[in-house]
Amino acid sequence: MYKQESEEQKKYLQKLKARKRLITALRILLLIFIFVFWEAVTRFNWLDPFIFSSPGRMLNTFIRLYNEGSLMTHIFTTLWETVVGFLLGTIFGILIAIILWLSETCSRVLEPYLVVANALPKIALGPVFIVWMGAGPVAIITVAVTVSLIVTVLEVYTGFLETDSEKIRLVQSFGANRKQVLTKVVLPSSFPVMMNALKVNVGMSWVGVIVGEFLVSKAGLGYLIVYGGQVFQLDLVMTSVLILSVLAALMYFGVQLLGKWISEKY
Amino acid sequence: MPAVTVENISKRYHTIDGEIPALDNISFEVSEGEFIGIVGPSGCGKSTLLSIIAGLLKPSSGQVSIFGEKLTGVNPRIGYMLQRDSLFEWRTIYKNVILGLEIQNQVTPDRLEHVEHLLEKYGLINFRNHHPSQLSGGMRQRAALIRTLAVNPDILLLDEAFSALDYQTRLAVNDDIYKIIKKEGKTAIMVTHDISEAICMSERLYVMSKRPGTIKMSVEIKFNQENRTPLSSREAPEFRQYFNKVWKELDVHV
Ligand SMILES: Nc1ncnc2c1ncn2[C@@H]1O[C@H](COP(=O)(O)OP(=O)(O)O)[C@@H](O)[C@H]1O
Ligand SMILES: [Mg+2]
Repeated sequence: MYKQESEEQKKYLQKLKARKRLITALRILLLIFIFVFWEAVTRFNWLDPFIFSSPGRMLNTFIRLYNEGSLMTHIFTTLWETVVGFLLGTIFGILIAIILWLSETCSRVLEPYLVVANALPKIALGPVFIVWMGAGPVAIITVAVTVSLIVTVLEVYTGFLETDSEKIRLVQSFGANRKQVLTKVVLPSSFPVMMNALKVNVGMSWVGVIVGEFLVSKAGLGYLIVYGGQVFQLDLVMTSVLILSVLAALMYFGVQLLGKWISEKY
Repeated sequence: MPAVTVENISKRYHTIDGEIPALDNISFEVSEGEFIGIVGPSGCGKSTLLSIIAGLLKPSSGQVSIFGEKLTGVNPRIGYMLQRDSLFEWRTIYKNVILGLEIQNQVTPDRLEHVEHLLEKYGLINFRNHHPSQLSGGMRQRAALIRTLAVNPDILLLDEAFSALDYQTRLAVNDDIYKIIKKEGKTAIMVTHDISEAICMSERLYVMSKRPGTIKMSVEIKFNQENRTPLSSREAPEFRQYFNKVWKELDVHV
């Protein structure tokens, strides 16, 4: 690399930066446009604000809920269930994938069960869990875990199997046992696959928890959505959905940051 | 006592579609400090043979001895270098080089000092905190060799260790690795399908037949020069004669 940047290089970098700024500006503008447009069409009654809600009405709902003091409880209920479901699904998913990798017999025996379990819409088991565990957070978290678990197992296990066989031979030539092959080669080389599974699981656990709350209907954002729908308060539904998308996005970026941090550290 | 004794090794692979005879009754000896080349067509069982000597694969019959001791599994006196450098991209060069020590629970101050010394001597000390992708192909191969030398083996096995490099780099790396192996006084067995590479590096050369691999010919390689190196050997007048001799024996068809 040259110490002294040429004029051409400087121009190129400037152009790159300008383009990046333009994209960010356009993204923000698009968001503002959507909200302004939404507000306008409902304000002029081109669309019925009672059915379509509007940014202004959502803001009012948000403030009202906040002042009533129930909003934070609902948000935390959902957030807590999601984080626990996410962690359990991911950790157990990776653990099961490790067990499958350690025992070929085990993985061969379980293969058809995993395939069927993967194809099954896990949500269908929701009512079963409610009967077994009662209509509460345990059932909701179980739904969330089932939704993310099988995908994690399959994805991570496939990642394990794709480990470069020459790297495995290399550590074996140093006398590595099966556990060392796992910790020195298989796990670190599957790190990108595991990070990917984590990101997918963020979405999965939100789906699981919201559906669980639909079924249990006691507290949480999922409960607010169902309740709002039943009493025809679309403002409440839309506000909850918006909060939900902000939270899901935050969690996704959190996981992304975590991945970056880990890969920089090791 | 020979460093390596290979006695009547045969190997058959078993698959659903049947039995594949890979090696048939191979015997040879390697004395300490010798550089042995094994050349043969692709698929003749060269990698199979090296895996058996490395203790990674059990032969169907026959036995291998290392300094007179019967080989039963992976042996710390043997270092194995594979076709690709297989450096771990998630580790720094230093962390890559001490991989073998970690696995053998040998991360001791004097072993680390030895590693430090090797990195210094072979010009990688300033790259210790770099990641493999930041190094050239030649330097990566050197790092891979130091990784093998770090556990201080007496015998090195090289399985097509240079075939992933482009031609020019390969000539330079042949020279480089050869000098390091000689300087460290190691015994080496190198397998390749490249006749020139085999001739310019080895002191004795075995030519293998097509599968099932047998040893067809053994050639002593001697050049009329002092301190031969792979590059100088390629220049030697005898080189062509050896090449023709091996070429004829290999019986390459297209
Ligand atoms: N695990 C295996 N199972 C069945 N056949 C194998 C296996 N490994 C190698 N072979 C067969 O044995 C022969 C020798 O292979 P190999 O030792 O890799 O040859 P080379 O290294 O000389 O190219 C090849 O024909 C290959 O197809
Ligand atoms: Mg081979």
